[in-house]
Amino acid sequence: MTTAADPYEGPVVLPDDPSCGPEVQIDYPGYRSTRWRAPKDPLVTLPEELHRLDGPVFGESAIERSDADLTRQHEGEPLGERIHVHGRVLDESGRPLRGALVEVWQANAAGRYRHDVDRHPAPLDPNFSGAGRVLTGDDGRYGFTTIKPGAYPWQNHPNAWRPAHIHFSLFGRSFEQRLVTQMYFPGDPLFPYDPIFNAIRDPRSRELLVARFDLERTEPEWALAFEWDIVLRATPFEP
Amino acid sequence: MSRTPSQTVGPFYAIGLCRRDDNVLDPDGIELAGRLLDGRGEPVGDGMVEVWDAAGRRWGRSGTGPDGGFAFRVPRDCDVLETYVFARGLLRHQRTRIYLREIEDGVLAGLSPEQRATLLAAPRDGGLRFDIRMQGERQTVFFEH
Repeated sequence: MTTAADPYEGPVVLPDDPSCGPEVQIDYPGYRSTRWRAPKDPLVTLPEELHRLDGPVFGESAIERSDADLTRQHEGEPLGERIHVHGRVLDESGRPLRGALVEVWQANAAGRYRHDVDRHPAPLDPNFSGAGRVLTGDDGRYGFTTIKPGAYPWQNHPNAWRPAHIHFSLFGRSFEQRLVTQMYFPGDPLFPYDPIFNAIRDPRSRELLVARFDLERTEPEWALAFEWDIVLRATPFEP
Repeated sequence: MSRTPSQTVGPFYAIGLCRRDDNVLDPDGIELAGRLLDGRGEPVGDGMVEVWDAAGRRWGRSGTGPDGGFAFRVPRDCDVLETYVFARGLLRHQRTRIYLREIEDGVLAGLSPEQRATLLAAPRDGGLRFDIRMQGERQTVFFEH
């Protein structure tokens, strides 16, 4: 935790800088928790073969029936805007990744997580746990139904609010295709103020985290839809 | 295609990622326990460690407790675990290797004795002990990935 004895006086958000490359800047100062946690020593290189290891494979046994629909995990229905979130998991060459485990977690519609540490004084929803998991199909497609999460305050700096987001965790085929990231919603007014989002200094790369509103996949009288493709690094062997 | 960039797991990952006990790679294995520590030596109580025994194809995941503690039961015949560390404050996961015993190995051979020491688990109380230090003089070696 950051404390009053550990103040940060610098800018919360640094200017865009595409020369920083497409990845996130791990020591981004505006996100205060990086200060004592982002490693400082240079990363050590590994022999090539250790970049080509395959990774764990998760089968249907990892999934329960209710895992793809976060609105049907309790007696009643959660409050909030019902949404379908769908897309493809691909590698850098555009190849769909089949059987990839996609795990998601999120706040409820009021911006509150069902987690002991979350002290945001917004209501819990007895009908919403906020977690799901699915496997991608043969075409790399995933999809789940949930409610749109709310924005929430997080005390990183005065009046700090996270843009609405869904956390995603992914396993591809190779060990190094592992990815944990966050999906955002288009047009969020909090984008310019969020140091976690802006720790990706290249604006084009940042846009890759923003889902597209998908009118075609909305379900009339029932749910809105968002499409978000996720691209993992190249598959280092023939899948 | 451009790779999707990483974001932190944040402090609430456990509701999504720790719904099951995934920390037993081998029920008949040996206990591997340790603490995740920040640059001040303070416990990282909202971190997560994933290990992969690539040779035996066994995988495990452990969240950290308030004391930064994580624990696994790992195969006795395993030499090294490919390891990822996640936490609030880590915008991208970090890769390291946990050596369960000292072996002749190209990776270790390329490191200084001080660096090597950060990757070697120590026998303790019938199990193995391995602390992960994110920063500082004895920072754990993290690898490019």
